[in-house]
Amino acid sequence: MAKALFHILIFPGLFFLFIFGFIAEYVDRKLYARFQNRVGPPWFQPVADFIKLMSKEEIIPEEADTTVFKLMPIFALSACATAILYIPILGERSIFSFNGDVIVVLYLLTIPTLTYFLGGWYSRSVFSMIGAVRGLTQLFAYEVPLFLCILASALLADTWSLSEMVTFYNHHLGYWFCNILGFAVALISLLGKLEKVPFDIPEAETEIVAGSFTEYGGRLLALIRMAFNIEMVVGASLLAAVFLPFGLNLHPAAIFLLYLIQVFLIIAAISFLRSLFARLRLDQMINLCWKYFAPLAFLQVLINLVLKGMLPR
Amino acid sequence: MAKLLIQSLFKKPATINYPAIRSGMPKGFRGKLKFNAQMCIGCKMCMRDCPTGAIEIREAGEKQFEAEINLGKCIYCGQCVDSCLKKALEITSEFELARLEPDKLKVIFNAKTKDNPGE
Amino acid sequence: MHEPGEVKIPIGPQHPALKEPESFLINLHGEKITAVSVRLGYNHRGIEKACEERTYVQDLYLVERICGICSHSHSTCFVQAVEEIAGIEVPARAKYIRTLIAELERIHSHLLWLGVAGHEIGFDTLLMYTWRDREVVMDLLATLTGNRVNYGINTLGGVRRDINSEQKEEVLKAMGILEERTKYYIELAQGETTVVKRLAGVGILSYEDAQRLGTVGPTARASGIERDTRKDDPYAAYAELDFKVITSSHCDVYGRTIVRLGELMESYSMVRQIIQKIPDGPISVKSPRKIPAGEAVSRYEAPRGEDFHYVRSNGTEKPDRVKVRAPTLANIQAVSKMLEDRYLADMPIVVAAIDPCFSCTDRLIAIRDTERKRKNTVPWETVRLKGIEWYKMQGIDFTSLNKKLTKIF
Repeated sequence: MAKALFHILIFPGLFFLFIFGFIAEYVDRKLYARFQNRVGPPWFQPVADFIKLMSKEEIIPEEADTTVFKLMPIFALSACATAILYIPILGERSIFSFNGDVIVVLYLLTIPTLTYFLGGWYSRSVFSMIGAVRGLTQLFAYEVPLFLCILASALLADTWSLSEMVTFYNHHLGYWFCNILGFAVALISLLGKLEKVPFDIPEAETEIVAGSFTEYGGRLLALIRMAFNIEMVVGASLLAAVFLPFGLNLHPAAIFLLYLIQVFLIIAAISFLRSLFARLRLDQMINLCWKYFAPLAFLQVLINLVLKGMLPR
Repeated sequence: MAKLLIQSLFKKPATINYPAIRSGMPKGFRGKLKFNAQMCIGCKMCMRDCPTGAIEIREAGEKQFEAEINLGKCIYCGQCVDSCLKKALEITSEFELARLEPDKLKVIFNAKTKDNPGE
Repeated sequence: MHEPGEVKIPIGPQHPALKEPESFLINLHGEKITAVSVRLGYNHRGIEKACEERTYVQDLYLVERICGICSHSHSTCFVQAVEEIAGIEVPARAKYIRTLIAELERIHSHLLWLGVAGHEIGFDTLLMYTWRDREVVMDLLATLTGNRVNYGINTLGGVRRDINSEQKEEVLKAMGILEERTKYYIELAQGETTVVKRLAGVGILSYEDAQRLGTVGPTARASGIERDTRKDDPYAAYAELDFKVITSSHCDVYGRTIVRLGELMESYSMVRQIIQKIPDGPISVKSPRKIPAGEAVSRYEAPRGEDFHYVRSNGTEKPDRVKVRAPTLANIQAVSKMLEDRYLADMPIVVAAIDPCFSCTDRLIAIRDTERKRKNTVPWETVRLKGIEWYKMQGIDFTSLNKKLTKIF
């Protein structure tokens, strides 16, 4: 019981995720600034922003539904924090693993998008309603490629448990080359899930102020930003666990270091893609995802099915 | 574009950490005014030509004049420098002139003040 | 007439897409725009009236501060009109220096526009890069004129500062750096997929519509209209310079980008010609304080289009009437036409593509009495008292605030 509480609250639960979220946000913003030839924020900037937001007053619009408005950030935060419990960090087994936990992790990562939609819709302001609807429309575009690539990887390993997938790829190190196409497509779809440029349409600052989060301020906004950071960490950890090999029967501290390096590499790739592209329009984004990314993901599934039949177990 | 991004990662950044590092302004930048009380003859041409009425020349004794400049109203155009017949006004490059109280923005130059009043 | 499923959203007066306050009320059906209504006037400061209370010398600095980006345009246009009334002939060296500062201002304005366009389509990297290059021009202007914006280089009868050979070297070096960077931006505008997707086919304005709505500047030139005040009605030193008028047949935001980038390259070559050809001589002539009675009209090609000033004098030190028509006023009518049948996501870039400068635009108040179908001019004091009464009805009382303000100043 005490061990479960320790895992949920301290490591790899809330406390670890908070710290890691701050560090990840700092790395992302600093790299983004350096790509643009600027100095960038100092290391304590995310912590300072969080403390400042926690100390500000919350203003809830009169027509908004107060209960939904206040609950949504908490749901988003807890969904992301729960997902980390099923992702292997310190070796081949995650804290609580069972057969089918890949589906549970993907489901838990979809919950934040739904909460942003509900929070924006029940704010009853024009900008948040448009942003909420855009968020949900975007969900239909990037979910399919993302799910298919991860499930393609699971198909090759012949299991629905993340921990057993990691074990499989550790024992057959050559196989992770087969998933390169899936990795590329999943990385770009992850940009869609995290709502970063070129897919930051639900939160387009120059068109609809702040999208679903227009009416949020103070402590609730601090929780939402924290949920964004944790979603980035958890998404990067998921991709690292599924597509990048690690484990390798080393000392646990070395495995943890390897995990950190992989997550930071994925975050660096996200910052790079963020500074390279302009924002797409919603119809262009849906066209792109369904015309190019979904077929590529299907192709990856096909390749894995063929290989599963051909290669020795 | 991608190549440029990677190159920017290793170049020196184009922004500086102000106020820890100050780069200053180029030579000839129009900043705070300086008034030489010895040269002023009290013709008040500067007052006539100032677009905002920021400078005021007052008598401070026998044939002695003092100038009160309102740093908040001054637009640092330098028209008074051009209009002065005796070249008693001069423009410096000092531009960090914000103060916490509006009274501190009124700066008085006369024969007795030290070199840079209102610092 | 509110159809079901239609939402009315206010873009402005305060909105992150707009750099200055103006109000666009948009009727949306899903993501499609069905109607746009434009309201201006939030930036009206009463500058034309204030000009009548100040002498010509003081007015120079006031007119310059109509706008931060096209400050030299307004200042030169005004001074040209006054010099025409007074019959003063400006020396050739002064004309060349005015043209040099005018072209440097055009360069800085177009680089700023590139950055703003990048920001509106979500491409912040372009914003940071172009504004870093703009710093080269700003530092150059600070060295030449003494300030980064609102240069204050004009005076009645010429210019106030001269240019020495060291500064000429700096100008030529800066032009070299900027030309290389601009060539890269031209490549970027033509090659980068996400940028082209957002800019092409957006905000279409055909040749006939552009003529009918009276657009000026790069907005008109991108629809194929060859109209440039520097060629049609040369002023300052433009009659002696060799340059092309850039037009494009794309008629959309992409065309406007191409036109502005082309104008940047032309400006670099013009600056080089000026540095080479500048004649020696005095930089100003003595001008009287009292300007004789008369009126004059003066035109100038600002970075945004044709700027138009009218000055009437009555023999005293202060002008009788000053009227300013900024280029954005001519272009803003075209925005409603351009936004027909487009998506909400296109709105920021279409408005930004005409390069709006609403500080320049908000000038006159014409009160049209719709019941009696007559135009009525209301004196200054009446308007002021009406405003105070209207706010009192809303529950806001200004008397205590007035007392506080008089204490501070």
